[in-house]
Amino acid sequence: MASRRVTRKWEVFAGRNRFWCDGRLMTAPHPGVFALTLALICGTCALHFAFDCPFLAARVSAAVPAAGAALCASTLAALLRTALSDPGIIPRAAPAEAAALGALDAADGAAGRPPPRAREVLVRGRPVKLKYCFTCKMFRPPRASHCSLCDNCVDRFDHHCPWVGNCVGKRNYRYFYAFVVSLSFLAVFVFACAVAHLALLARGAGLAAALRASPASAVVAAVCFLSVWSVLGLAGFHTYLASTDQTTNEDIKGSFSTRRGVANPNPYSRGNACANCWHVLCGPLAPSLIDRRGVLSPDARDELPPRFAQVLCSPPAPAAPAAQPAHPAPAAAPAAHSPACSPSAPRRDGALGGSYTNLFESSEPARHAYMNHSLDLDPVPLQEVCISGGGGGASGGGAVAGGGALSASRLRLLHDTTMIDAALDLDEPDAPAHPAHHAHHAHHAHHPHHATLAHIAHHAPHHAPHHAPHVHHAHHAGHPPALALAL
Amino acid sequence: MANNRIPSGPNTPGSQQTPTQQGIKIFIQRDYSEGTAVKFQTRFPPELEDRIDRQTFEFTMERLNEHFEMAETADCSTYCEGCLACLTAYFIYICTETHYEKHLRKISKFIATQNERVYNPRGIHITDPILRGLRVIEITIIDVPNCQSPTGNSTTSQLRHT
Repeated sequence: MASRRVTRKWEVFAGRNRFWCDGRLMTAPHPGVFALTLALICGTCALHFAFDCPFLAARVSAAVPAAGAALCASTLAALLRTALSDPGIIPRAAPAEAAALGALDAADGAAGRPPPRAREVLVRGRPVKLKYCFTCKMFRPPRASHCSLCDNCVDRFDHHCPWVGNCVGKRNYRYFYAFVVSLSFLAVFVFACAVAHLALLARGAGLAAALRASPASAVVAAVCFLSVWSVLGLAGFHTYLASTDQTTNEDIKGSFSTRRGVANPNPYSRGNACANCWHVLCGPLAPSLIDRRGVLSPDARDELPPRFAQVLCSPPAPAAPAAQPAHPAPAAAPAAHSPACSPSAPRRDGALGGSYTNLFESSEPARHAYMNHSLDLDPVPLQEVCISGGGGGASGGGAVAGGGALSASRLRLLHDTTMIDAALDLDEPDAPAHPAHHAHHAHHAHHPHHATLAHIAHHAPHHAPHHAPHVHHAHHAGHPPALALAL
Repeated sequence: MANNRIPSGPNTPGSQQTPTQQGIKIFIQRDYSEGTAVKFQTRFPPELEDRIDRQTFEFTMERLNEHFEMAETADCSTYCEGCLACLTAYFIYICTETHYEKHLRKISKFIATQNERVYNPRGIHITDPILRGLRVIEITIIDVPNCQSPTGNSTTSQLRHT
């Protein structure tokens, strides 16, 4: 920190994404399968260029290596572009905005209650439910969904594709489509070349001799033969989706399928397939909203004109208690005892907390931990939460509150690792009393598993996300089996 | 907006307000009635009533929505841009600014001018929506003592009511 002159926003990014090259590139947290994809494509192409191409260039045409190189280059470019760009992450709500949503609901309910869990809006005359995201503290825009692996809401969420090591969403869908289409061409081309090579060799000496003469061609043909079906299916499926302006997520959920004989047309469609394709694949490219290369300003007030900032810093404490009822997480109340706004305090914490974390100076430490998504939590409080959860919701809430700033981060960690977050995501109409209570109730219900899950949460936080896809079924739609099902 | 129906009773959140030590913050929400393109609700928040007249605010919001609509419209040139990008394997985006980014710069400029000329002298500050992920427009209301207009027009300080 001392050696670096500025802190960029990617360094305090709240999701689980990994950033490379000082925030220029980003991927999902576990790019292992992406490396496998890359290795498979590069390896097959290398075998193709090393063994099939020289033979076919001499026997057939010099155009064969040229076409192969062009296809290979475009596939790799599209793959890297899909994997390393922002899929359309919607940044989390600033505390003030989340507090405003909480305050709104507090008007007709208990103070500090979370906002209602769904809101309905009409999109081109069709009712669309906007769900509240407890992690991002906002109502998700239509078509957005929360990716449990990356821990972000992604606009026009298609699916989390482990093969490309990123979510596929509004901003990288076109790259993904280009990748799938060029990969299917590449696979067919390489397969055809390998088969042609073997066929030309076999014409003189028989198949066995041909295989012995060029075993690499046989390997290439086998790899291509196995992969070409799923890739072609995927290309066809995404062509259908693009032409109807749907996402994989919506298709799997059946958002626009006819229900009980009532037609439920897609309100986002532009009417005809060509217009949809054009718009989805070549329309204006939405900007990245997370501003990952942006320099973190030490104080939220820097956004305001200097005169405003002066006014805001001069009147100290009295406003702080007034802000508490509006706070979304009432358990953070003990933090109110910390010193009120002084001009030097936010500057000290700001560098760690993020530009928009400083609106409530009083709860700074909690928010900072939340922002940095610190998984290295001490084990004791985590177990405390479990025990108190068994004891009863109300006392549990008190105990957690007593243990300092309620650890939005801890609660969220529990949500994530125990899939309670996924449970919260269901469509039930009734609103929960309070996120903390809700979690405790859930804990109570699942008590037998609890210790183990919390254990996993503590000891292997990085493994925990693997549980989530079973619940967020749509998020893994990128797997060929799921896709075949969808087809 | 009239056709944004929210079933949760009296709290129709066209705008939301929260009093903090940061002054009052109002959040103008997105209007999804015409799809997912960026558009903000133009309803006048009552908190601004004694600070600014309705027409001025609505003018700003409508201009802002027009700018966003231009950024999102897909005319021939944007399609060409998209196609060209596709043909160059998207390397063109490394060296040029997209159509949308050009409009975002115009929007930032528009908001800065409006703030400077109209809103800041009256104790109101509009935050550029790109800083809030194009999800809300955050409006901060502050009682600025001895409000001096940046253009030297100090009479606007009389507009302050509490």
